[in-house]
Amino acid sequence: MARIAGVDLPKSKKIFYGLQYIFGIGTFTAGEILEKANIDPNRRVNTLTEDEVAAIRSVIQADYKVEGALRSEVQMNIKRLMDIGCYRGLRHRRSLPARGQRTRTNSRTRKGKRKTVAGKKKAIAKK
Amino acid sequence: MPRSIKKGPFIEFKLLDKVQELNKKNEKKIIKTWSRSSMIIPEFVGHTIGVHNGQKMIPVYVTENMVGHKLGEFAPTRIFRGHPGTKAEKASKAK
Repeated sequence: MARIAGVDLPKSKKIFYGLQYIFGIGTFTAGEILEKANIDPNRRVNTLTEDEVAAIRSVIQADYKVEGALRSEVQMNIKRLMDIGCYRGLRHRRSLPARGQRTRTNSRTRKGKRKTVAGKKKAIAKK
Repeated sequence: MPRSIKKGPFIEFKLLDKVQELNKKNEKKIIKTWSRSSMIIPEFVGHTIGVHNGQKMIPVYVTENMVGHKLGEFAPTRIFRGHPGTKAEKASKAK
């Protein structure tokens, strides 16, 4: 069982893809790590020896920020923006897109599910 | 595309002059500026700058965290007061 940075890697996948289950490791970083640890990226996770897993672990520990530490860093960056009261911070506070996207339509990822504003139709019907 | 590093940060000369003069005199005064695109540099820290938002000057107290941002980021140009529909609905519900 390969457990790295608090995440269980899928046993039957290639290590190159298995590493990407860790938050903060994508295709690029996974390749880098395996190169540094001197492991063939095509090996399956369950064929790795304890030593090899330890090597990967030490490489990640030394050079990369992953999982909790990375998450908290991101949160801290957002918190900084909110605390200094800049435009991007204000957008984060309202949970609206912060990079100048349109909000008339779309931007549902930030705004969440549609909240229909009712009532306007009724007023017209009354008239 | 970011600004070329060769040029250094953009700051309006007049604004920079005023800040440096205040620093020399060790004085704190509100500096009014329309230059929203000026970058905040470490010299500005501790000063209060009146940044124009299109209507009036918004006083911005510069802290260390703000270095590297532009002045305009701290003086919002739009005021969102809620959508017209939602307000009326709330009022009618209250009645």
